[in-house]
Amino acid sequence: MAKDIVCRMEVESPSDWQSTYQGETFEFCSEKCKNEFEENPEKFVTGKDKAGATYNITPNGVEKLQLPIVDMSCASCAVTIEKEIRRLPGIQKAVVNGATEKAYVEFDRSETSVTQIIGAIKKSGYKAGYATLRLGIGGMHCNSCVSQIERELDQTPGVLSASVDLGTESAVVKYLPSEVDMPAIKNIIERLGYETFEASRLSDPVEDDKKTGKQEKLKTKEEPVDENQLAREKEYKSLMWKFIFSAVISIPVMIFSYPDFLGLPDQFQRGTDLLYWIWFSMGVVTLPVMFWAGSHFYTGAWAAFKNRSANMHTLIAVGITAAWLYSTVAVLFPEIFPTEALAEVFYDVTAVVVALVDLGLALEIRAKGRSSEAIKKLMGLQAKTARVVRDGKEQDIPVEEVVLDDIIVVRPGEKIPVDGEIVEGSSAIDESMITGESIPVEKHTGDEVIGATINKTGSFKFRATKVGKDTALAQIVQMVEEAQSSKPPIQRVVDRVSGYFVPAVIILAIAAFVIWYLVGPAPALIYALVVAVTVLIIACPCALGLATPISLMVGVGKGAENGILIRSGEALETAQKLDAIVLDKTGTITEGQPSLTDVITANGFSEEDILAWSASVERASEHPLGEAIIRGAEDRSITLLDPKNFNAVPGHGVEANVEGRKVLLGNIKMMLDNNIDVGGLQDQSVTLADDGKTPMFVAVDGKAAGIVAVADTVKADSKEAIAQLKKMGLEVVMITGDNRRTADAIARQVGVDRVMAEVLPEDKAMNVQKLQNEGKRVAMVGDGINDAPALAQADIGLAIGTGTDVAIEASDITLIKGSLKGVVLAIQLSKATMRNIKQNLFGAFAYNTAGLPIAAGVFYPLFGLLLSPLIAAAAMAFSSVTVVTNANRLRKFQPKFSKAN
Amino acid sequence: MTLDEIFVLIGGILLIALVAWYFWFSSSEGAHAQSGTGGLQEALIKVKGGYSPNIVVVEAGKPVKLNFLREETAACSEQVVFPDFGKQATLTPHKTIPVEFTPEQPGEYEFQCAMGMLRGKLIVE
Repeated sequence: MAKDIVCRMEVESPSDWQSTYQGETFEFCSEKCKNEFEENPEKFVTGKDKAGATYNITPNGVEKLQLPIVDMSCASCAVTIEKEIRRLPGIQKAVVNGATEKAYVEFDRSETSVTQIIGAIKKSGYKAGYATLRLGIGGMHCNSCVSQIERELDQTPGVLSASVDLGTESAVVKYLPSEVDMPAIKNIIERLGYETFEASRLSDPVEDDKKTGKQEKLKTKEEPVDENQLAREKEYKSLMWKFIFSAVISIPVMIFSYPDFLGLPDQFQRGTDLLYWIWFSMGVVTLPVMFWAGSHFYTGAWAAFKNRSANMHTLIAVGITAAWLYSTVAVLFPEIFPTEALAEVFYDVTAVVVALVDLGLALEIRAKGRSSEAIKKLMGLQAKTARVVRDGKEQDIPVEEVVLDDIIVVRPGEKIPVDGEIVEGSSAIDESMITGESIPVEKHTGDEVIGATINKTGSFKFRATKVGKDTALAQIVQMVEEAQSSKPPIQRVVDRVSGYFVPAVIILAIAAFVIWYLVGPAPALIYALVVAVTVLIIACPCALGLATPISLMVGVGKGAENGILIRSGEALETAQKLDAIVLDKTGTITEGQPSLTDVITANGFSEEDILAWSASVERASEHPLGEAIIRGAEDRSITLLDPKNFNAVPGHGVEANVEGRKVLLGNIKMMLDNNIDVGGLQDQSVTLADDGKTPMFVAVDGKAAGIVAVADTVKADSKEAIAQLKKMGLEVVMITGDNRRTADAIARQVGVDRVMAEVLPEDKAMNVQKLQNEGKRVAMVGDGINDAPALAQADIGLAIGTGTDVAIEASDITLIKGSLKGVVLAIQLSKATMRNIKQNLFGAFAYNTAGLPIAAGVFYPLFGLLLSPLIAAAAMAFSSVTVVTNANRLRKFQPKFSKAN
Repeated sequence: MTLDEIFVLIGGILLIALVAWYFWFSSSEGAHAQSGTGGLQEALIKVKGGYSPNIVVVEAGKPVKLNFLREETAACSEQVVFPDFGKQATLTPHKTIPVEFTPEQPGEYEFQCAMGMLRGKLIVE
């Protein structure tokens, strides 16, 4: 194999197209590439014109890349990023400059790619500042066009990677906005002789009033979901027409197949010429039924046969063909049968089976459309445009072109386009579509906003922090898709069975034929044929194959609607058979940040004064407990003053002068050191501490003034959720690094019986293991960052999401909303889904294991019971519809919270 | 036992043996994926009532791009699922839809349609 230096394709050596330059022979894939090379060989041999500020190729094949990095705040980050990049193969040099916020990488392109480097930066917790652009391209006809455009873009300074897809007629370009912009990229493509369309204009119907045919065509390409929907609609309609056609044919065919049974007039009875010709024409009219209305059975069966496998199509195709062939032989050559009774026709079997199975398939498409609604809804949430401030002007741009750090303006009633952080203004935001929380959330400057949520009341500006594939919505969609395509362990059994199922049915049909022929009643051949065809028709591998995936799809989708992301089928199956659940205290049971809880006064000071002074002193400190006091004061609209002579006494507290008064804020030691008599306040501080709060004494001018206490408060619904978990039979355990007293206090408040206190973060996983050693299946609920090892150790790790960070590696289930109720919901949903899967599997197995022997005639000797192939067809067609319908019942799943305590 | 009965019995047994051999005990040759630039391994898989080729052989540790081209509208094949890699794709009819991932561990991995009726195998060496 040789490599075409122009389009970088592998070509068979020796190639028909060769060229010699500087004594070296180059081989090409086509005339076109060869010509291009000969025009300017220098360009390809040395790659000279690849020079650019950000992208360089050196003669020995090493590429130099310069990438801006977003949000680098410290020098140590640089080391982290460098380390991560150096782990990649083929990296020769990786230097990250903290001051310029840029990474300089020299690497071997044959071993690693720009995308991998960007990935490594992301893995180290930072982001490369590149933008992704999607463009529609018109006029591409062949793969060489694709490589030409890709190569040209790749050589453009500032373009990191370009991938052109002929199928969708579009290009995805990753570029550095600082080096190159969209018009320039479009220009390059147009210069090569192709048309470009902005992805946005194509997907926004308002903007192009006069749609041309071409744009219309591209428009549908922009939305692959809809196109699939269209294909599904078309398939449904075509199946319905096929059903109607074969049903219309079936009616007369059925009537004349049983002339004696239906008591038709004498001229239609067996042996008459008229009936002979009717039968003959029935054989003719069932041909289009087989080869048009039933064509998919043959194509499907043939394709499977070539691959040495068999499926439902095989069974149906063999069944209807056998019936038709027998009938046709009976009509054309009745004399070869020893008795006249054997010259029977079964055209009705052919026609009716095709009609019923087509109808079943059509209904199944309809029902399945509903099963995947959840993911479609999610995908449809994405905003199409964003109003960004660029060069001081507000402009509407397609959401694909939003880059990191863009400032975006959102007005009331608008959809927030990407993830970000509010920099100006505030508003109430409806996040129900992402978190499942129905009450709008108040957001202020500094708060995180999630893309696809809806701004309700105020206007605000925010800075984009996550765009494109990194947004919470995109990650949710990806996680849901991944989960829907995974398999719960229960499915493995089914898989093993279904591999053998269809050939086994064929074997069973042959065996039944032989046995009926040998020992069955007369006319043996007729019975043998009917039984064999019935066996083939009644088997329904579809119901078996569909049972698990369809329920999983509905269940996982339902979870996503409620802000619960179940990552795999395995997680779902484990989550419903748990014995114990470990809850991390901070951030899981509690809010995770301290807030002001109590103000106690002494010596005639007022609450306002104590708060005003202590909060004012804390303004100079940066302690989280101090911040809680400041927030508490601000919430009560208390004006804060500037502290003077601030001094922090480590391990004791802080002191400062406020309004000429000397204010001390600290623990009992600080008070004693300053000879302050705290009197009865000491007992009160002990009581507060017993309740899990942190009390701080306040003294003013050498006199005890009171106590302010802060504590990490329990989330509003933690108690209810824990009660519910216990009710579900789970042992609830709280784990925390806090001291036993605080831990017990919180545990008492929320009703947890077992507490693991004073556990170091690194020992949490060990404690989870201890519980597992007790023979329990354990779930761990935590924040996904500090608790990652414990989440991974647990049988099921549930991560409580923080804002837009939804793809938490260590977790099996992510709860986007911070409430513990999500845990209850996740377990209930898992139980409901698994129950549904089991119902489906039971139904499908029972149907097949009962249906097949009955069809084979095991009950005939005892009760004279034998199934008609027509009944078998009806049963088979509706068994898979039943499975889908049962799965769709899950869509009505409602979380159950018992009202009683 | 009459002649025709003997004939049916022997014919039936032979047919059963043939079915069992064809579907279970014979094996078909896998198609090797084309290795392109940057170690990317590509293969085109046509989808029509089944996957052809239905066995794709790739090397471990290198990225794989499987281009699915669904040449039918039958709903069965609408989705292709790689359960071991958590990947799935909705195959738009008559379009090339790529599925990309990097298999790290050698072994045999199945891919299939949503209900497992159509099956293929990815052999990672």
